[in-house]
Amino acid sequence: MSIRWKSWKELPLGMVIPEPATSLEFKTGSWRALKPVLDENKCIRCLLCWVHCPEPAIERLEGDRVRIDYNYCKGCGICANVCPVHAIEMVMEGGEE
Amino acid sequence: MNQIKTLRDIPTREQLAPGHRLCAGCGIPQIVRFVLKAVPDPKVVVNATGCLEVATTIFPYTSWKVPWIHNAFENVAATASGIEAAFKIMEKKRGRRKPRIIAFGGDGGTFDIGLQALSGALERGHDLLYICYDNEAYMNTGIQRSGATPKGASTTTSPAGRVIPGKLERKKDLISIAIAHGVKYAATLNPAYPVDMYNKIVKAASTSGPTVLHYFTPCPTGWYFDPSRSIEVARLAVQTRIWPLYEYDNGVYRITVMVKKPRPIEDYFKLQGRFRHLLKPENKWLLDEIKKEVEENWNRLLKLSGAST
Repeated sequence: MSIRWKSWKELPLGMVIPEPATSLEFKTGSWRALKPVLDENKCIRCLLCWVHCPEPAIERLEGDRVRIDYNYCKGCGICANVCPVHAIEMVMEGGEE
Repeated sequence: MNQIKTLRDIPTREQLAPGHRLCAGCGIPQIVRFVLKAVPDPKVVVNATGCLEVATTIFPYTSWKVPWIHNAFENVAATASGIEAAFKIMEKKRGRRKPRIIAFGGDGGTFDIGLQALSGALERGHDLLYICYDNEAYMNTGIQRSGATPKGASTTTSPAGRVIPGKLERKKDLISIAIAHGVKYAATLNPAYPVDMYNKIVKAASTSGPTVLHYFTPCPTGWYFDPSRSIEVARLAVQTRIWPLYEYDNGVYRITVMVKKPRPIEDYFKLQGRFRHLLKPENKWLLDEIKKEVEENWNRLLKLSGAST
């Protein structure tokens, strides 16, 4: 993907973005203060976190398992709040304590 | 396009990429994800200025995986009408299949600035799906009041204090405005009820002619609540009867989520900073007024839908 230009003369006409989904290069995971941690053993595969994730930073895998993509998760905590069995816990980013 | 029964039936494929810069806990992406899942390809998305537009398409980044065009606050419905008319001619002349036209507007771009263009598009009967994501103020520019701000809410241009207890005027009724134009399908949506929301989008997209959907968008930044409680706030709006979930289908009203025993309105208000002043004793008159209006609106819908409590 080439979304870096050397001068304004190379910019596409009308500021059209010719490629889809270039925002994947912008990792919003750095916004996060609290990090959701999923306990696979507690998960009942209800998919509520996948449905409600605003990014979407929660992927739906085979067998309705889910995986959190920390590259994009902003740490809003909706997933932990909607989880009916409390399988997702929000922990402080960057610390064991 | 099929109606669904459980969350498992929702398609996995995403057409909105992460990396957009909407606030943490924002309610907008959910409607966008659902619309892009529920409406089959090919489709074209038209977007008014607003939170969704500024946050998903910061040059040179875009989160969209579908053809997308931006236009100003006031003319999203006009742009969508033009696109629809152009594709109609192309279908007639070259036999190219017409895509579904989806228009997204915020409450400012729908209730206030874009109402005239929307009215025109509805009146001309263009085949488009119009979605208003309603976060009840101009959040993108700094939480100014709009025609969709509910009574009693404090915003930066209707601040609650000694002079006024928040906004004193009532919210416009968008669905009634749409129905008055003779649309065939209109409905209200709420993110806390995803199956109901998905099925309404499917219904609207498979109806020919203009259709209007009105989506409740919890906004942690402008309503002053913790981002993790977004869905909780949205659910409370339905359970307190503040945001009734209903649809209008070819002349028939139907309440899709019946609230038999409403939760007290205070439960919804005390979660949000914009309403907290209403719980003070000196503002009780306004709280009572709001309660009365919510009840009247619910009774009106009950009467229209022919249901009994």
